[in-house]
Amino acid sequence: MTTPETDLYAPERETTEGTVYTVTGGDWDSIVDSEHDDRIVINMGPQHPSTHGVLRLVLELEGETVTQARSVIGYLHTGIEKNCEYRTWTQGVTFVTRADYLAPLFNEAAYVMGVEKLLGVEVPERAQVIRVMLMEINRIGSHLVCLATGGMELGALTGMTAGFREREEVLHLLEYLTGLRMNHAFFRPGGLAQDLPEDWREKIDEFIKIFHERLGDYDKLLTGQPIWKQRLEGVGYLPIDGCLALGATGPILRSAGLAWDQRVVEPYWGYETYDFEVPVETGADCYARYVVRVREIHESLKIIKQAADRLEPGPVMVEDRKIAWPAQLSIGSDGMGNTLEHVRKIMGQSMESLIHHFKLVTEGFQVPAGQVYSCVESPRGELGVHLVSDGGTRPVRVHMREPSFVNLQTMPAMSEGGMVADVIAAVASIDPVMGGVDR
Amino acid sequence: MTERTGPGGTAGTSKDDKGGAEPTGGEQSSAQRSGPDDEQHAANGGTAPEHGEGELAGLGDQAVEGGTRPAPAGRARRGMFGVRGSGDTSGFSGLRLPAHVPVPAERPFGGWYDDLVDDLVAALDERGTRGAIQQVTIDRGEITLYIAADEILDVCRAMRDDASLRFELCSAVSAVDYGVDVPQRMHVVYHLLSMTYRKRIRLEVALDWDGGETNPHLPSVVEVYPTADWHERETWDMFGIVFDGHPALTRILMPDDWDGHPQRKDYPLGGIPVEYKGAEIPPPDERRAYS
Repeated sequence: MTTPETDLYAPERETTEGTVYTVTGGDWDSIVDSEHDDRIVINMGPQHPSTHGVLRLVLELEGETVTQARSVIGYLHTGIEKNCEYRTWTQGVTFVTRADYLAPLFNEAAYVMGVEKLLGVEVPERAQVIRVMLMEINRIGSHLVCLATGGMELGALTGMTAGFREREEVLHLLEYLTGLRMNHAFFRPGGLAQDLPEDWREKIDEFIKIFHERLGDYDKLLTGQPIWKQRLEGVGYLPIDGCLALGATGPILRSAGLAWDQRVVEPYWGYETYDFEVPVETGADCYARYVVRVREIHESLKIIKQAADRLEPGPVMVEDRKIAWPAQLSIGSDGMGNTLEHVRKIMGQSMESLIHHFKLVTEGFQVPAGQVYSCVESPRGELGVHLVSDGGTRPVRVHMREPSFVNLQTMPAMSEGGMVADVIAAVASIDPVMGGVDR
Repeated sequence: MTERTGPGGTAGTSKDDKGGAEPTGGEQSSAQRSGPDDEQHAANGGTAPEHGEGELAGLGDQAVEGGTRPAPAGRARRGMFGVRGSGDTSGFSGLRLPAHVPVPAERPFGGWYDDLVDDLVAALDERGTRGAIQQVTIDRGEITLYIAADEILDVCRAMRDDASLRFELCSAVSAVDYGVDVPQRMHVVYHLLSMTYRKRIRLEVALDWDGGETNPHLPSVVEVYPTADWHERETWDMFGIVFDGHPALTRILMPDDWDGHPQRKDYPLGGIPVEYKGAEIPPPDERRAYS
C-alpha cells in the first residue's frame, strides 16, 4: 500500500491554482471539512467507468453545475496514420481497421474506396453488395454498443446486458462471414479478402429473425420508460447551427433535424438502389439521438435483407492481376494458405507466377500519383480518408477524418451550464470511440 | 557493348561491368531525362513563371501575379520498385522518375467547376481580396484550389458566407509532408463541404518552409469554422505547423512535453525512448536481445 506521502499518482498538495485533493472513496470528508470556495475543478477519467474509454474530462463545478468542461484526449494514440506510410497499400487496411474498433469495416471501407479511386478501378458487383451487407451488420453492432454502454452509464444495467447480448450475435455472424470478430481486414483494395462461406444465407436469415424478435425489447425497456426519458429529454441540446459550426455529423446532426446521410446524398457501392429511410428527429437532445440510433438499426436490417436477396455469384476481386493477389480464389480447405493445385502450378509450371506473387505481396502494387478524399457514413457520421500517393507502393499520407474525433468537440457545448450527471448523458449520446478519436 | 572479350559465356559479365556506368534504359528513357530538369526546376523554388496559367484558368484578379507556382507534390523516385539501401540487384535501380506535379486545369473545366471558380473569384473580388488562387487542379473528379497562405482565412470566409458557395461544413483540416528534399514540402489541406449545393472541394496551401528550425506559419480558420479547432491542434501536434490566431494551440494527441512532430517525414517511425513515471524506456529495438 502506498501512503499519501509516497503516492506516485496524484498526491494531495498545494499548487498555485489551489489545493489538490485525492479522493478515492469514503474520504470525502477531507474535502467537505476543508476551507474552500464553491468552485471545484475535477478530473474525470481517463480511467472511469462512465467516460466511454480512456477519455479524460476536466470539469469546473459550482456546486453540481458544470460551468466549464474540456475533454483531454490522446491516451490511445497509436500512430496508425504514420504506420500506414511505412506499409504497402494493401497492408494499410490492417492498420486503419483498428482506429474505430467498434466500426472496423467502415474504416476499411473509406480507405479502400480511396485506394480504388486512386487506382481507377471498379470493384465487382458481388464485392459491392457484400461490402454493403457487412457494413450494415457492423452498424447494428456499433449502435448496440452505444445503447448498451450509454445505458450502463445512466444506470440502466439491463440495457447494458441486453445490448451486449445482441452485439454478441453481430460478432458471431461477422466472425462466421469474415473470419474475425473485430479488426477484420476483410475489404482489400480491389475487392474482398475472400468470398463468403457457402451457407452464409442461412446465417443471415437466422440473424434477421433473431433481431426482429428482440428489437422490440428495446422499445419496451428504454424508449417509453419514464426514467430513461427524464434522464435524456432536453439534455445535451445541440441545435443544427451548432452541429454545423462544430462539424458534428451522423446521428447528432440527424437528431437536430437535418437528414444528411452520405449513403443518400453521395451514394456509393449502389446504396441508391436500396430501399431505406434516413431516420430524423427534431429534439436535438440525447433522447432524439437515442431514437435515431434505434430506428437506424431497423433500417439497417432492411438493407441487409435486400443485399442478401440480390447477391449473385461472381468474382469478389478485380480481374487485374497487378492488383489482386493470386491467393484470392484458391484458398486451401482449412481456410488458410493456398490450395495444393495453386502451389503445384506456381512451383512446377510457372516461375513467373511465383515471382509475380512474391513481388505483389512483399512490395505491393504501385498507385498512380495524386490525392483523393473518400468518405462513407459510419455509425458516428462522416468518416473520410484523405490519401496522397506519389506513385509508389506506399502512401505518402493517410489521414482519417474520424467522426468520433470531430463530434467530441461538441461535448462542452452540450454540457456547460448543466448538471454533472448530464455530462455523462451527453458524452454517451455523442458515442465517441477512443480508438477513432486518438488513432 | 564494344569490348566483348570472349565468346558466348562471358557476354554477361561484360554487361555487368557496363551496368554501373550506364543505367538500364539509357538515353531513351524519357523519365530519366526529365528527372534532372525537374530537380533543377524544383531547386529554383518552382517560381519560374512559364505560362500565364492564371489567364488560362480565367482567375482574373485572383491569379497570383507573375503566373502560378507549380505545386510540388512528391519527391523524385529512383529504382523501379522504390527500394532503397537493400542491395537491390534487380537491375532496375537506375530508373529515375520525376516528382509528381499536379497539372493545372484549363478552361473550360467542365461540370460545375467553372461556375464554382467564377463564383469564388467574384466573391473574393467583392471582398477586396487579391491574388488568392495559385492554381486550380481537377483530378479524379475532385477539384483542388491552391491558395496563397496569407489569404486562406478570407477564402474560407467567402466560401462559407457567399450565397452562391455556401460551404457550411469544414470536414477536415490536416497537412501533408511531401518529404525532406521537396521545396514547399508542407501542405495544409482543407476539405470543405457545401450541404446546400452538395459539393466538396479541397483547398490546399503550400507553405514556404525550408525545413529549418522555425516552424511554418499560416492563419487559423477557427473564427470561420469552429470545428477546425481540434483539427488545427492535431496538425500542430503532428506536423509542427503554427496556426496564427488559434485560441489555444496546444498538443492534442501527443503528451504536452513531447519533443518533435511525429508525422514529419524526417521523424522516425520507431526508436524514440519513452519516459514513463520517471524511468526511461528504451525504444523497442533496443529493449532486449533475442539472439
